[in-house]
Amino acid sequence: MEIVVFAIISVVATVCAIFVISHRNPVSSALFLIATMVSLAILFLTLNAPFLAAIQIIVYAGAIMVLFLFVIMLLNLRKDEFGPERKRAQRFFAILFGFLFLILIATAIDVGLSTVGNPEVSTTKLAPAGVEMLAELLFTKYLFPFEIASVLLLVAIVGAVVMAKRKL
Amino acid sequence: MVTFIIITLIKILIVFVFFLLMIAYLTWLERKLLGHFQVRLGPMRVGPHGLLQPFADGIKLLFKEDVTPAKVNKFIYNLAPLLTFIPALIIMAVIPFGDQIKIFGQSINLVISDFNMGILYVFAVTSLSVYGIVLAGWSSNNKYSLLGGLRSSAQMISYEVSLALSLIGVFMIAGSLSLVEIVKSQDKLFSWFIFRQPLGFILYLVCAIAETNRAPFDLPEADNELVAGYYTEYSSMKFAMFFLGEYGSMINVSALATTLFLGGWQGPFLPPVLWFLIKVCAFLFFYIWVRATLPRFRYDQLMNFGWKVLLPLTLLNILLTATIMVL
Repeated sequence: MEIVVFAIISVVATVCAIFVISHRNPVSSALFLIATMVSLAILFLTLNAPFLAAIQIIVYAGAIMVLFLFVIMLLNLRKDEFGPERKRAQRFFAILFGFLFLILIATAIDVGLSTVGNPEVSTTKLAPAGVEMLAELLFTKYLFPFEIASVLLLVAIVGAVVMAKRKL
Repeated sequence: MVTFIIITLIKILIVFVFFLLMIAYLTWLERKLLGHFQVRLGPMRVGPHGLLQPFADGIKLLFKEDVTPAKVNKFIYNLAPLLTFIPALIIMAVIPFGDQIKIFGQSINLVISDFNMGILYVFAVTSLSVYGIVLAGWSSNNKYSLLGGLRSSAQMISYEVSLALSLIGVFMIAGSLSLVEIVKSQDKLFSWFIFRQPLGFILYLVCAIAETNRAPFDLPEADNELVAGYYTEYSSMKFAMFFLGEYGSMINVSALATTLFLGGWQGPFLPPVLWFLIKVCAFLFFYIWVRATLPRFRYDQLMNFGWKVLLPLTLLNILLTATIMVL
């Protein structure tokens, strides 16, 4: 059952992700990105992480992507505004970051393979991770990274306000 | 396993049919009540007191010509009505409408799925329901539609935050995110969350009206400025889908308010399902009453109210609840 769901959803997610970068129309790209995020949420569900799945949809698919669409519609981009010209620096950085991303994926696969068959990290045998468990971990074991992340978000908010105010 | 699937399918079927009937009769109720509020009679011709009016309307909409404007993105144009209607429909899956009952020795929970994070599911689905409206506005190739779509997305994002935060107090006291558990924690009249969370209840009520784009927050479809807003270009069944979605989400927020603040199905003498329906109908009546009473907000008033009044108040509510709980 889980394997079947995984097979279908992972194909859907990958195909949608490819369409995000291959589609000419920005609104369609955004829609495919939403589809990718929803399929990721379903993958989280099969991994017994309903909280993560719900948050994935609420935050990414529900809030951030609405803002994306909002901005795309406000700018009202047309197809002809995306010319074939590409800057040289852009190409350089694309290759660089592509390479870095490849390393990231390779490491992830390597770590993933080393845990195959290890019962301690198998998610399917655990009870679904509840909110209580998550909250406890966030406020005890992972308190420091949690606070750092919140400070980072605060800095980003302040920065956004400053940048928006300058233009007003 | 097989009996479980059969029981679930039957529950889905009953809830689905009943939900659609409620939507149909909500349109009748709204026209009737608005009529009486304005010293008219409302629909009277089709059936006694216009009781068959929803069916007449449905048949009329089905047989109307389906017009697609020239040069629209057909796929998105056709997808948008579905994206408004389906989220409204699937929220019902987690709302408990009665206690456990026993039929033929089988104990049946009167809720389609007692998911232990039911409320998060509701939030997730509501947050997706914005897309139908936004995409309808964009894909219609019409500036009024686009403005309606943009307005609604801004409005729904703003009020969604306050909507979710206004409910935090309830979860803190109930100690659970499961809707069934929350109903069970309100077993006495004065343990209803409307009494334990009065500020949260009022905030939820305001946000819910704004979230469903109803008067006085119905700016996305402000007729005098935007023709009909995001669904200006739609006709026939696609037009009807937007209405089904809107009335469906009205029923959803009422059912949610009943579950979270008014003790859900619980009440004396009458059967639980009936209590649930009575409470939901009281909310729907209140909705229509508000629409008949209050004039529409201006857009800047709406945004200022959402961010500068509602949001700080929801945060204050959480702070107060936490303080009282610690004391």
